[in-house]
Amino acid sequence: MGADPQGVLTGVHFLDGDHACCEGAIAAGCRAAFGYPITPSTEIVERIALRLPLVGGVFVQMEDEIASSIAIQGAAWGGKKVITVTSGPGMSLMMEHVGLAAMTETPCVFVNVQRGGPSTGLPTLPAQGDMMQARWGSHGDYEIIAISPNSPQECFDLTVHAFNLSERYRVPVLIMMDESVGHMTERVTIPHAEQIEVESRRLPEGPKEEYLPFAPGENLVPPMAPVGEGYRFHVTGLTHNEKGYPVMSPDVQDHLVRRLLDKIRLNAEDIAMVEEDQIQDADVVLVAYGITSRVVLRTLHLAREKGLKVGVFRPVVVWPFPEKRLRELAERVKAFVVVELNYGQVVLEVERIVGGRVPTVLVPHGGGALHNPEDILRVVEEAW
Amino acid sequence: MKNQHINPVEPYLRMDRMPHIWCPGCGIGIVVNCFVRALNQSGIDPDLVSIISGIGCTGRIAGYLKLDSFHTTHGRPIPFATGLKVARPELKVLVFSGEGDLVSIGGNHLIHAARRNSDIKVFCVNNFTYAMTGGQVGPTAPIHSIATTTPYGSYDRPFNLPFLADSTGAVYVARWTTYHVRQLTRSMVEAINKPGFCFVEIIAPCPTIYQRRNRLGDGLEAMRYYKRYSRVINGANTRMVGLELKGPIIVGKFIDRDRSTLLEAMNEEFSSKLGARYQPYPTGVVR
Amino acid sequence: MAVERRTSRRKSRGELFIDCERCKGCGFCVEFCPTQVLAMGEKLNRKGYHTPVIVDLEVCTGCDLCGLYCPDFAIHAVRVKIEAGEAKECDNGG
Repeated sequence: MGADPQGVLTGVHFLDGDHACCEGAIAAGCRAAFGYPITPSTEIVERIALRLPLVGGVFVQMEDEIASSIAIQGAAWGGKKVITVTSGPGMSLMMEHVGLAAMTETPCVFVNVQRGGPSTGLPTLPAQGDMMQARWGSHGDYEIIAISPNSPQECFDLTVHAFNLSERYRVPVLIMMDESVGHMTERVTIPHAEQIEVESRRLPEGPKEEYLPFAPGENLVPPMAPVGEGYRFHVTGLTHNEKGYPVMSPDVQDHLVRRLLDKIRLNAEDIAMVEEDQIQDADVVLVAYGITSRVVLRTLHLAREKGLKVGVFRPVVVWPFPEKRLRELAERVKAFVVVELNYGQVVLEVERIVGGRVPTVLVPHGGGALHNPEDILRVVEEAW
Repeated sequence: MKNQHINPVEPYLRMDRMPHIWCPGCGIGIVVNCFVRALNQSGIDPDLVSIISGIGCTGRIAGYLKLDSFHTTHGRPIPFATGLKVARPELKVLVFSGEGDLVSIGGNHLIHAARRNSDIKVFCVNNFTYAMTGGQVGPTAPIHSIATTTPYGSYDRPFNLPFLADSTGAVYVARWTTYHVRQLTRSMVEAINKPGFCFVEIIAPCPTIYQRRNRLGDGLEAMRYYKRYSRVINGANTRMVGLELKGPIIVGKFIDRDRSTLLEAMNEEFSSKLGARYQPYPTGVVR
Repeated sequence: MAVERRTSRRKSRGELFIDCERCKGCGFCVEFCPTQVLAMGEKLNRKGYHTPVIVDLEVCTGCDLCGLYCPDFAIHAVRVKIEAGEAKECDNGG
């Protein structure tokens, strides 16, 4: 289905990543947003506040990030496509509600424009230190989807995609931007509304009295009834049966949580999104995501100039990690060099998948600036 | 006439979840009784009613009422309700939760929802303790009251909830005890039908925890106390209605005023600034 | 007796429904019945709670205060015209 043309700013623009993310949300059909200011994500909610009233939407600046992260869920059950936006410390406050959204299968999009941490850290400078928090930050076992754009254009495109995945799988989707991508201004082309693929929520069929709000449907995802239409369903963050009623038993816990995991794990190939560069003949593969995936392109160029067969593997969707493809590469390359703006997070996943078949080397950076491509090249050369 | 044999609450309860978890002599079931009668009297289509609860004994109300219902996280039913109301203004969005949930961990949300006049109705069951976790001191526990975390008596000043709601902007504020079932039912009808942020405090017995630890007798003793020591003062100055451990309880409808709701105020502002570029957003309010 | 005088003039009377197995014996209905229709019974229900018994149905007005006060949804009353059918009695202990 195409997008609602009312919200789509078709044309070529000069936008920063934060603003492009806002336009992506509106193009995807987001008409309710809740947020709280925090650097470096504030520009997204500022633009949302400017734009949503003009397209029939509503934005409320909430009292804090905790409120924002659950107000979106109320609005999602009210039938809206919803977004909230934050950075580092705000994301920490929102984590409980990432878990609630996972447990109650509430489609919603969280944006984390990452900055240096821990704590208040480096509010105005980039990092990729929240990648493991995105995956594991709330308590208990659950799965989410996390997407890492590396340009303003992708901030638009992948925000639309994030909404689609969120609706398809009834799962919170985290857009893991960083300060560099958020504040970088580049050309952004917004297509015509009919060219933007927009997915909508699958509604239940059949008699309302028989509706089981948490019975698996297509892809293990239950259809989602709207509020106010006589279904009279119950939603709880407690462990619940298919009827939505709380049941405190290991059987129901296993049945529910296993499905929450499986609906993402078993559909990982559908969700996976990978970008590769000169990978066919590569001996050493640079693994990078987000802004860092652009930095390593310079390293790739320098290495190829020196005759080194280097390639780039970029998970665009970082969680679930594109495990199958990386495993294939591990069968034939000589080493992986993981480059990330932290002291080693996604590298742990790469090491797990590679399983010691070839060396996996980390090029860490604490954030506050980007890697020097030549420093990465030195590590690549050592990996030989 | 056969349906008269069914308790009038039953059509609104998930009977497959009965019996409920509330203790003998607990007041929360009375709140449910009053609510169901209020819902009937209000003339609202129950399909358009959503119940939002947080965590705690009172938080279980959402799970028992056979309406669209959401049992959210601890302290957060109010922002969830604001989100739902903003998304679907034609719904009646009602919050039922305890004082620990709404006023302690959720206190920030309470005052801001009142400030911005979010069009939700908050029914706060105040039993002076965290009962579900075994009786820790709550934000309204009177000074000198005993709780597991104040074994020698509490010493920090409790919130006066009607004053808190009044001073932060609620358009309707009332307090009743579970003894005052007719008045409570009437207040619920008024709140449900009134646009804006409405706050009703309901003082309820917790015989297993609060009453017992403070040697206040069982549920029946609490109800007798409410009967004997409550004074109805409608329109009372909310500053004056604070509670003490063995003091009088001032009940009544304290505040009933009109103010634009969040969405009405949004429309007013945007329409005045944007003119024809702005299509007013539905508010769900009929004035 | 006072009771007889009252019932003779009434156009309606109360009908009372008690589900003793739901009762947890809090006593609210007994205490707050304006016409003292109920008393706490001696027998126990299956969960071991004393439940209310009807001592004088004739004075029940069907005001349903007992229904409002019952935290366990075990009792309620309705107002019926005087010629309506018999009230159900509490089957104490089942």
